[in-house]
Amino acid sequence: MSLIVERAGFFTSVQDLGRTGFRQFGVSLGGALDCFGLRVANLLVGNDEGATGLEITAGGLQLRFEDESVVAWCGGEFDVQIVSTPLPAGHAAHVHAGERLKFGRPQIGCRCWLAVSGGIDVAVVLGSRSTDLRAQFGGFEGRKLRDGDVLPLAPCPGSLAPVTDISSCTAPHDWVSPAKTKPILRFIRGVDWRRFNASTLQRLTSEPFAVSPDSDRMGVRLDGPELKRGDQSDLISEAVAPGTIQVPPSGKPILLLGDCQTIGGYPKIAHVITVDLGIAAQLRAGDHVRFSEVSLTDAHRFLMEREREFNRFRIGISLQST
Amino acid sequence: MEIIPLGDSALILRVRERFDDAPEQTLDTVLRALQQLQSAAIPGVIELAPAYTSIAVFFDPIVVAKATETPGDLFDRSVERIRAAVAAGADRGKRRRPARPGVRVVEIPVCYDPEFALDIDDVARRANMSPSEVIRLHSASEYRVACIGFVPGFPFLAGLPKELATPRRDVPRKQIPPGSVGIGGAQTGIYPLRSPGGWNLIGRTPLCLFDPEKNPPTLLRAGERVRFRKITRDEFATFAEAMVAGESSKR
Repeated sequence: MSLIVERAGFFTSVQDLGRTGFRQFGVSLGGALDCFGLRVANLLVGNDEGATGLEITAGGLQLRFEDESVVAWCGGEFDVQIVSTPLPAGHAAHVHAGERLKFGRPQIGCRCWLAVSGGIDVAVVLGSRSTDLRAQFGGFEGRKLRDGDVLPLAPCPGSLAPVTDISSCTAPHDWVSPAKTKPILRFIRGVDWRRFNASTLQRLTSEPFAVSPDSDRMGVRLDGPELKRGDQSDLISEAVAPGTIQVPPSGKPILLLGDCQTIGGYPKIAHVITVDLGIAAQLRAGDHVRFSEVSLTDAHRFLMEREREFNRFRIGISLQST
Repeated sequence: MEIIPLGDSALILRVRERFDDAPEQTLDTVLRALQQLQSAAIPGVIELAPAYTSIAVFFDPIVVAKATETPGDLFDRSVERIRAAVAAGADRGKRRRPARPGVRVVEIPVCYDPEFALDIDDVARRANMSPSEVIRLHSASEYRVACIGFVPGFPFLAGLPKELATPRRDVPRKQIPPGSVGIGGAQTGIYPLRSPGGWNLIGRTPLCLFDPEKNPPTLLRAGERVRFRKITRDEFATFAEAMVAGESSKR
């Protein structure tokens, strides 16, 4: 079973839910920048939620299927077609042997996650099938995909999910299409919050920030109001995590994403909450993003609520397929 | 000891405010806390990552919430458990003094040949000594891994003789070959992978510092001791060949 990458597009890589347990060795978490989106797409095609899929940045991907498969995707607003039939986000669909699946350029957002029944069957390296693009291991040959690559697919756990050509069943809109034209990211106070003076802290929530073009899977660089720090003492490097907003001496904040380094020495002004990381993963050059503060208790509550709904969704899907 | 949230799914346990004034003691304290946290196996904790003065504790808030029956704030509950685990270790540490976690000493062969030591003249000039004096000092000291990071397997080594401290280069190099040994400020370190970097290069080791096919994937880990042994250009070549042969015989 395999999947032929006829056109790899702008930037497509093999990702799962990330590589945990190796940060103490300097290995990044990596994985789908919107793990939740990949989990939802996986459930829709009948996979285990952690199965390996593709992360597609800025579209341009064209795949040809050698065998009949079920596919679903979540993420930004992309034009996706099976042969010439549009496939909206969050709907499972059959792709017949020999058919093509194409991703156009996104209207809103910049990334999406594709799940294919069975999952992409690459080797597990350090506990994950994700591509570590910086250290060049894992995923498919430790690199982004190229035209002509042939990706092995794992056999489906059961029979193919019983979907018609395009299933009407879908997940909540916010889950499958998290990209926003006016994104607002909720954050909790950062480890170094108190090192910034009141006017700087106010600027973080009162003004929009522009996404700079030199953003990537490691982080989103932001232009806009400078976040100068009152106290200029050198900090001792310590852990950072996806969602951390760090402020280098330039005063231009960087919102870290899944491929971020494990440690950093810049002050951490804030941390975007887990449930909003899917919105953060859609930020593209020229977007304007605003930040709004929530409490840690609320951040946890939002996460629990979403997980409860996800579990109901999972049960719904499993009832459907029996 | 201070515990601060690092977002909603991690926290930072800081055992000391400073590092440079007492690196040995700080690292021992961090390592001891790390061991305690590991053996406490707190439900929901995914991984622990030590760095200089702190340990980051990554957890799954959903598992933590399920694992605790007592109501209350999830963060507070995690903090309580972490404090209890670390306090238990501190008590034990006091009882069997001197409390030194078992620490491995790793010898790393380094070739300081001019071919690899691109910046040794700069380091020597700044230190007001000859390049061979730099080599002698660098290879006579014992270092300790303060942290692994920047790229997988990169060891930040504390214990560089003060004379050798050299600021990072103004313009970082775009590509540094794997195994390059450098000096950045008051630290020395080794680039495990081909990567950009601004440290002053003074030599190269034939050893592999990061291999994703192995577990653990790194040659070194936080807290370990390191000594550099000077080798010749010929020895470097022999070493490198032996490593390649070892790799191919494995396959």
